[in-house]
Amino acid sequence: MSKRSNEPIFWLLFGAGGMFSALIGPALVIVTGLAVPLGVVFAPDALRYEHAHALAQHWLGKGFLFLVVSLFLWHAGHRIFHSLHDFGIHAGGVARAVCYGVPAAATVLAAAALLSIGF
Amino acid sequence: MTARRPYKRPMPGWWRKNPYFVEYVVHEATACFVAAYALVFLAGLLCLVQGEEAWAAWLAVLRSPWSIVAHLVMLVAMGYHSYTWFKIMPKTLPPVVVRGQRLSPGAITGGGLFAALAASLLVLGLAWGVLQ
Repeated sequence: MSKRSNEPIFWLLFGAGGMFSALIGPALVIVTGLAVPLGVVFAPDALRYEHAHALAQHWLGKGFLFLVVSLFLWHAGHRIFHSLHDFGIHAGGVARAVCYGVPAAATVLAAAALLSIGF
Repeated sequence: MTARRPYKRPMPGWWRKNPYFVEYVVHEATACFVAAYALVFLAGLLCLVQGEEAWAAWLAVLRSPWSIVAHLVMLVAMGYHSYTWFKIMPKTLPPVVVRGQRLSPGAITGGGLFAALAASLLVLGLAWGVLQ
């Protein structure tokens, strides 16, 4: 039996993350990075601790926060890995370890953080 | 290890010579900004776990001028990612047949961009409703 490629798994994560970030990425950046910190439209304390904590405790919020961190990074890692060759960087073991290691570590960290916050 | 050292033609800046390649490099590079945003987001999550003080520190960093500028750049990059993601979708999607007719590239891209607009409005509306 021939060895199966694991590429479809990473391609699927790349696709899911690409779609997710294409759909809501700009809106998320506007909310968390611009509107709330600047106090535009939102109250300046809109992301105060109780709010953020409550969001991370709710199962829906938990799932959403997890998917943002994990899928965005799987998307980016896969895309960067496959672009390395275009910039004369050998896409070898080290590059693979970094490009897929960061998303994997972030996935574990995010899951651990969200689980430790409780329900 | 073999002593074989094949000649590799150096090609620095190959993509700058053709607008088509420049566009390709720019849309691939949006991944760096998607990653950066996710890492900022993860940092916030890790601060949230540590408690109120760490969370306040993360919020303070987000309020700094550097962060605002960085997020403006991320917004442009992320917006360009959205646009190109759906522009390329007719080529990445398997052929979609509706009532015996193959869906046109324009319809796929248009549908995707419309979905992105709807999803963005949903996120903005939900955030505004939840974070009162």
